[in-house]
Amino acid sequence: MPSLNMIQALNSGIDTAMSADPNVLSFGQDTGYFGGVFRVTDGLQRKHGLTRSFDAPIAEGGIVATAIGMAVYGLRPCVEIQFADYIYPGYDQLVSEAAKIRYRSGGEFTTPITVRTPYGGGIFGGQTHSQSPESLFTHIAGLKTVVPSNPYDAKGMLLAAIADDDPVLFFEPKRIYNGPFDGWHDRPVKPWAGHELAEVPEGSYTVPLGQARTMREGSDLTVLAYGTMVWVSLAAAEEAGVDAEVIDLRSLVPLDIDAIVASVKKTGRCVVVHEAPRTSGYGAELSALVQERCFHHLEAPIQRVTGWDTPYPHAFEWEYFPGPKRVAEAMRRAMEG
Amino acid sequence: MARGARGPAAPMDFTSGELSGGEPLSSTPAVEQVGADGRGAATNLNPDELLKFYHDMLLIRRFEERAGQLYGMGLIGGFCHLYIGQEAIAVGMQQVFKPGDQIITGYRDHGHMLAAGMDPKEVMAELTGRSGGSSKGKGGSMHMFSTEAGFYGGHGIVGAQVALGTGLAFADWYRGTDNCSFAYFGDGAANQGQVYESFNMAQLWKLPVVYVIENNQYAMGTAVERSSATTEFHMRGASFGIPGEQVDGMDVLAVRDAGARAAERVRSGAGPIILEMKTYRYRGHSMSDPAKYRTRDEVDQMRSTRDPIEHIRPLLDGAGVGADRIKAVDDEVKSVVAEAVQFAQSSPEPDPRELYTDVYLESLA
Repeated sequence: MPSLNMIQALNSGIDTAMSADPNVLSFGQDTGYFGGVFRVTDGLQRKHGLTRSFDAPIAEGGIVATAIGMAVYGLRPCVEIQFADYIYPGYDQLVSEAAKIRYRSGGEFTTPITVRTPYGGGIFGGQTHSQSPESLFTHIAGLKTVVPSNPYDAKGMLLAAIADDDPVLFFEPKRIYNGPFDGWHDRPVKPWAGHELAEVPEGSYTVPLGQARTMREGSDLTVLAYGTMVWVSLAAAEEAGVDAEVIDLRSLVPLDIDAIVASVKKTGRCVVVHEAPRTSGYGAELSALVQERCFHHLEAPIQRVTGWDTPYPHAFEWEYFPGPKRVAEAMRRAMEG
Repeated sequence: MARGARGPAAPMDFTSGELSGGEPLSSTPAVEQVGADGRGAATNLNPDELLKFYHDMLLIRRFEERAGQLYGMGLIGGFCHLYIGQEAIAVGMQQVFKPGDQIITGYRDHGHMLAAGMDPKEVMAELTGRSGGSSKGKGGSMHMFSTEAGFYGGHGIVGAQVALGTGLAFADWYRGTDNCSFAYFGDGAANQGQVYESFNMAQLWKLPVVYVIENNQYAMGTAVERSSATTEFHMRGASFGIPGEQVDGMDVLAVRDAGARAAERVRSGAGPIILEMKTYRYRGHSMSDPAKYRTRDEVDQMRSTRDPIEHIRPLLDGAGVGADRIKAVDDEVKSVVAEAVQFAQSSPEPDPRELYTDVYLESLA
């Protein structure tokens, strides 16, 4: 089985979907001839032709909206928004059209679009190339929001997203495109090659949206994380010397609430980790759900480790980024409570 | 590129040197001159067709009048934007619609749905929020759809439908059919940024889309002169090389003829076109609009001299359609609208369990 990084795995996912279904097409800024700034769509135009893999103008509202128009008419566009920070011009269309067309047509029309977009920090992108806007979408009924953390899931979840009859926001943690970055930014970066989750099957398989993955079993506390923060959390457990159960949510909406509840009831402690700012971040939702469903099992207050309530700073990259030190501190606090 | 050669197997000609395509800018936009009397040439005066125009426009007029009454009685809540005055546009354009084409519009959508052949009962029941409504009561006035009629909404966000309509046209192109999409919007929406993103993409990719701007002179309460740097909306595609035509939108025959020319063009693969329909809405923007931004005289003047339904009466007479046939249409429309009202009041309220259906394919709740 080939060992792929996330970029290659995603490329394989789109390629597989396009090969299987002529209604699937891929477009976005620079995604056709050039193959995308992160190379995720590299080679697709050569293989599938200009009609199915092409370049769009720099017009995110137009990209998202034309994709919706295609989708309500039966196509399955998989579009790329070059950075998640660029998605806001398309937000109106995602919220007001894609998310709601099924409901307001009484189920008659659907919008099977997949919007892929690289997100997150750790690359010194500053405030307009580092953001994690996932909670703006998890708040919207009618949208699904998912975040893979490794090559195997990236391909399987992308195939599931493209096949899904509802609109899916597919956030790609760009810091781990090339390796499972664990947040120790002053240490050498490991590549995906040789990692067991980089063993990506050829051809089609899906990872169902809405199923969490337990990355590490443990009995001391439960960590809820997604994207890059999964790897940071694993490193933090080691740093703190805590027997943490690390759950990679993979999908925020739909959410695998059963896996969360089962784990927290077992450990009695919970740490929630994400890169996005703290206030109204997805961690707030997770904390509320855990509190509602596991209150009598909790032995300590739920801890949240998040980005700060500021724009993503250029100068303080590693102070803003919730690295393993901060996560480890939260784990210790959770153990003391 | 010939339209017949399109489709997934035929690569899109993005990389040829003809991207800026279309006619040279010096000759675009091509402005169709309307006659000195404000009326286009009345061609092909077929009595049956004229009577159908009369019927379809009258149905919209009477339906909207009753909708306004039901609103006043509290049976329709929220928003309700009436199409009265603009009937000739939806009806005239419908004559060039072919099965498989798509229609998409904004929030002033009742007239378009009726012209497209959607059941007046289902439209009225959607207005009253009943389970028999075309969206099971979950959409309301601005949000209705019909696969059968090729009607893709009904969109409450001003201008959003223009870009969706462009995507629909892409799907036509992709599938290699000679279908096209008709994307309607108003003079107000014409100032939205995504309209120009759409124009660029549609012309870049030579998509089969007819952009129909219903210029009723007012963006809600703001006259076009107060909101638009240029009010010649048919010229708004000039910088993209998209031709435009200005049409008397109060004349159903002029609309039909312009629509036929436009549809022929886009179906041939020549790329998009803009039709600016000069029209006028008699009622306020919505039901809560006191319309203090224009004078009573202005409205009366339009009603008495430019009304699209009154315009067709002498033509019916000239074509030899007798008063009895007209009366029969009047009676039929009256009873269809009465039935719709009856249905909209008697259809049950949606089951509360419907709240959580149709959010996703499978409920997450």
